[in-house]
Amino acid sequence: MRTLTPRRIQETLFTAPSFLWLLVLFLVPTLMVVSMSFRTADPYGGIGDSFSLEGFKDIFSPSFPGILFRTVNLSFQTTLWCLALGLPVAYFIARAEKKHQAHLMLLIIIPFWTNFLIRVYAWKIILHPEGMLKDMLVALRLVSEDTSLLYNQGAVLLVLVYTYLPFAVLPLYAAIEKFDFTLIEASRDLGAGPLRSFFRVFLPGISQGIVSAVMVVFIPALGSYVIPDMVGGTDGEMLGNKIAQRVFVDRNLPRGSALSTLLVLAVVLPVIGGLVVKKIRSNGRAFADVPSIGEHGL
Amino acid sequence: MFEGIRKTFGSHTAVDDVSLSVERGEVFSLLGPSGCGKTTLLRLCAGFETPDKGRVILNGEDISSLPPNKRKVNTVFQNYALFPHMSVYDNIAFGLKVAGKNSTDIKLEVDAMLDLIQMKDHAHKKPSQISGGQKQRVAIARALVNKPQVLLLDEPLAALDLKLRQRMLIELDQIHDEVGITFLFVTHDQGEAISLSDRIAVMNEGKIEQIGTPAQVYESPVSSFTAAFIGDTNFFDGQVREAVPPNYSRIAIDGLPDALCYNDSPRRPGDMVHLSVRPEKIRLRRMPFESHDYENTMRGTVENLVYLGSSTRYWVRVGEWLVTALLQHRHFILDEAPPTWGDEVWLAWHADDGFMLQRYALTDEKLLMMPEDGDMLGEDLSPDQKTGGEDALSSGSGE
Repeated sequence: MRTLTPRRIQETLFTAPSFLWLLVLFLVPTLMVVSMSFRTADPYGGIGDSFSLEGFKDIFSPSFPGILFRTVNLSFQTTLWCLALGLPVAYFIARAEKKHQAHLMLLIIIPFWTNFLIRVYAWKIILHPEGMLKDMLVALRLVSEDTSLLYNQGAVLLVLVYTYLPFAVLPLYAAIEKFDFTLIEASRDLGAGPLRSFFRVFLPGISQGIVSAVMVVFIPALGSYVIPDMVGGTDGEMLGNKIAQRVFVDRNLPRGSALSTLLVLAVVLPVIGGLVVKKIRSNGRAFADVPSIGEHGL
Repeated sequence: MFEGIRKTFGSHTAVDDVSLSVERGEVFSLLGPSGCGKTTLLRLCAGFETPDKGRVILNGEDISSLPPNKRKVNTVFQNYALFPHMSVYDNIAFGLKVAGKNSTDIKLEVDAMLDLIQMKDHAHKKPSQISGGQKQRVAIARALVNKPQVLLLDEPLAALDLKLRQRMLIELDQIHDEVGITFLFVTHDQGEAISLSDRIAVMNEGKIEQIGTPAQVYESPVSSFTAAFIGDTNFFDGQVREAVPPNYSRIAIDGLPDALCYNDSPRRPGDMVHLSVRPEKIRLRRMPFESHDYENTMRGTVENLVYLGSSTRYWVRVGEWLVTALLQHRHFILDEAPPTWGDEVWLAWHADDGFMLQRYALTDEKLLMMPEDGDMLGEDLSPDQKTGGEDALSSGSGE
């Protein structure tokens, strides 16, 4: 049991508002959504009083596995692209002269000055069947007249990557900026080529940044709604759209809640799993230490 | 080993036309103040830099254009550069794994290294869990396990505290005796260089001032820079008055009696020279010296002194000059009454104990400014510590 030192009290006072905020505006609503998914729907868009698993019947609809797979797949691909594109950018900025780094970071942040919806609309214009990009590609004979750049999964992936790339660059930049590059020299010195140094020393060295980048891209991508709604056709539909459809079109809150609950679980379970594995591993290591201590009679 | 090497960064010439060769199995030090180009020379050898001009030759083979991973040299980095995500064992095994050795061989060799550096108990620890001295030993083992032809050490002891530095110095020496690999050692600490090296190259502003054994460099420096950088010395500006057979010169110094000094190189009357005399070569006592014992004697007043345990350093005012002398305590000092502040004392040194250097007007100014960060194995106090030492002394000595 920790004693209440003045320092502890101070810490508690300072962190209390944000904990309160998260509790009231985040945890409680999430639990409300979860509980709602186990209720019956009433015909007027409200929720009934009795317990029911009716809300989860979407899971067994024939279209559900496809949408779930598409959601995970698109989020996964978005994450990969953001890492692949974000790493070189973050590396370039982190290795630039100190005085230029702030300017380069500003360039990454500038898109946020424009409203997100407007930027997605801009993509609609760029990718429009009669838009400039299409005309150009047709003129260059790269695509045929009747391909559509818009309203398909490709368009969704493109706009997802566009949207989340800056979020990936920020943690990657922070990690690379802190990375000690004499480690690369040490690795080269010990006989490793550039590629091996990259995979064995550089990537593990910035793993914290990679984990953060994956978190801030993959998790929001899973819950995307606006992007697939606006640039995706029927084959670009994601779980977020399904939830919106249940809530706004069908006016069936329990079914929307049930899907939301699934999405929350899909995000939370892997994180908890990861933590458990890490815990077990470090415990395993602690056990492995015991015989070695005995051996040397310490 | 280095042939006419030049390396410039922008407008700054870091290494300027340096040629030197290191013998197999030798401990060779590159010694100089920061920014003298010694680290650049090391990095050229490791392959982290490529020379603008000249060649780096290893065992008769030109390796100037080889990437670092293709060179049979390994480096011990100043900040150790241990891989933080790997255990001590994996750090040491890294080079062997990269070389594609099978795991039983790797285990044998890494275990042998762990024995050598006495770190067997810490093999599974991460670098963040071990101390500075241990990191240092792991960094050395990680490099040595690859059996390089040359081990490059970049200020390997700079980050350690004094006691640890002295112990690691002895350990380094022992490791060198055991493995017999050529060591190329970069340091700004003359004490480290002198105690560890077979030969030293003193560097200044991208050039080599002198190459020689530690004793040669200390006792017979060829330039004022070397004389001042290695150890302490008294400089007297003078002019050769006359030649004294068989091989001495009489030197006129403003405000001092004429001094007699051995000629390292031919001198003619009228030459402008520095007379340099190391503090420990100067005798100091209250009574006059017999002139047939010492060719050079003079009288002065003790202006300052610092008790150093094994010796006491005196600053003696002789006219315009402040002469530094080191009094060794061969006897139990509390029974004696050593000269103290304001005392009249006599100074003396042999004609053979000083040396003459050509005067370079420009370098002198800089030398006098130069901070003495390289203490002789920590026995010396640098001038800026002087006051502190004095206070401690005045409260403790009880006149």
